[in-house]
Amino acid sequence: MIRVRSVDQPTLRDPAASGRVFFVGLFVLAIWQMARLTEFDLLTLFAAFTDPAPRNFLLGFFPPAHSVAFLTLALVETWRTVAIATCGMFIAGLIGLPIAILLTRVLSLSAIGQPQFGGAVFSGFLRRVLRSLMVFLRSVPELIWALLLVRVVGLGPTAGVLAIAISYSGMLGKVYAEIFESVDPLPTLSLLNQGASRLQAFAFGLLPQCSDELISYSVYRWECAVRSSVILGFVGAGGLGQQMDLSMKMFAGDEVCTLLILFVLLVSFADWASQALRKAWE
Amino acid sequence: MNARWVALFSLLALIVASFLSLDLHWLVFFETDSVQSMGRFVLEFMHPDLQPQFVLKVWYASLETIAMSALSTLIAACLGLVIAFKASGVRPLLNLLRAVPELVWASLLLIAVGLGPFAGTLALALHTTGVLGRLYLEAIENQTDGPAFALRAAGASSAQVFFFAQLPQALPQLVSYTVYRWENNIRAAAVLGVVGAGGLGQMLSFHLGLFQMNKAATVIAATLILVALVDSLSDRIRRRLG
Repeated sequence: MIRVRSVDQPTLRDPAASGRVFFVGLFVLAIWQMARLTEFDLLTLFAAFTDPAPRNFLLGFFPPAHSVAFLTLALVETWRTVAIATCGMFIAGLIGLPIAILLTRVLSLSAIGQPQFGGAVFSGFLRRVLRSLMVFLRSVPELIWALLLVRVVGLGPTAGVLAIAISYSGMLGKVYAEIFESVDPLPTLSLLNQGASRLQAFAFGLLPQCSDELISYSVYRWECAVRSSVILGFVGAGGLGQQMDLSMKMFAGDEVCTLLILFVLLVSFADWASQALRKAWE
Repeated sequence: MNARWVALFSLLALIVASFLSLDLHWLVFFETDSVQSMGRFVLEFMHPDLQPQFVLKVWYASLETIAMSALSTLIAACLGLVIAFKASGVRPLLNLLRAVPELVWASLLLIAVGLGPFAGTLALALHTTGVLGRLYLEAIENQTDGPAFALRAAGASSAQVFFFAQLPQALPQLVSYTVYRWENNIRAAAVLGVVGAGGLGQMLSFHLGLFQMNKAATVIAATLILVALVDSLSDRIRRRLG
């Protein structure tokens, strides 16, 4: 038997209620689990303000450390941060550019029917190997590279330079190759067909079309490298970050404050410098 | 053309000065001692520790990493909404939050709340609040104010205007910003731990500190898998949306 509800007695039941309650419940459960996993406890945070050590650390922020000796040290470390980023980027370019040239299909001699060592199959295979090597280099975070390299070459700027060089060469290799493939291939192909070598075709067919883009991307990446070289210092790879880590471990709030100010100034300087360079180039 | 030469020259000068001023030790790679120890490193790396007990620990650390990123993004999104609704005056504070990197926040917070994932979660939340707060504010300020104006003209309160005109209009954009930041935060959370702020990173620096390369290799592999999963997932989501 079918029960018919009369029209003037509208039902007030929400048809989606059970689903809604279910999802809200699931959400609350997920948040509760996540809070448990991350040991989330706001009481610790409040307790920190009554604890003398963190409070004194924070109170120490003002006034920032401004003795001549410390300022000199901090400025030297700031320069070292820039130098680490610059050296790392330079080496990354030295590795990334040739690989990008090898990866570029437009420059392939076997693709235009010229017999090459191993033939098209071999060069295709080589390209695939190089490409996955690049993927590997850049998918390991640079901080992990630095952490590993500090164990190999010891504390100091060498580890920082190498970490930036390794992870940025993977990135540069990929992006340079993409830039090379995005421009008009005809000049390059006609040079190759005239009998030019791969390098000649690159230098006279490909490079003139995209040198602006290459420079501007590299300078932008340099700016990123400056920022990440500060971070790398925290695992012992030299520069501003290492000094900051040291000052934090000594609970020297005034020194940390000075270093943080220097960091912000450095980042805005790098931003300004990279924009100025790019503008000058165009 | 002149400006180009100046730019090129200053770039070259910067590179030369950098190499001259740093005390780089390239010879390390040619000393027999260090080459041998490097060889041992690599050899041990090739044999990651895959004992079920240890893999379970790595799995737990991965969950911790994901939880850190998700919870911090959620906190930042809530704070960002509050800022977008009422507190557009905190812009300088947002700039400060954003300017300090997650890792620096984490090591500052370690002093306050001690080692562990809580410090990492708070650090991510602080930095992300700076980023999302600004993006939310801009999304709401840059939208067409027709709907908001209509509601205000009809006598709606500012809360009503926000929840019935401004928020629904900006919602798709806010969601996409938030998901993008979450993706970033997973990557950040995986390495944040190297200063002691929980997750996979803390485990990695712990085992590397003890020179247990086979265990470190397992942790790095887990990090790579996590990052690759996030990348492919976000790629798929983006392709479906775009």
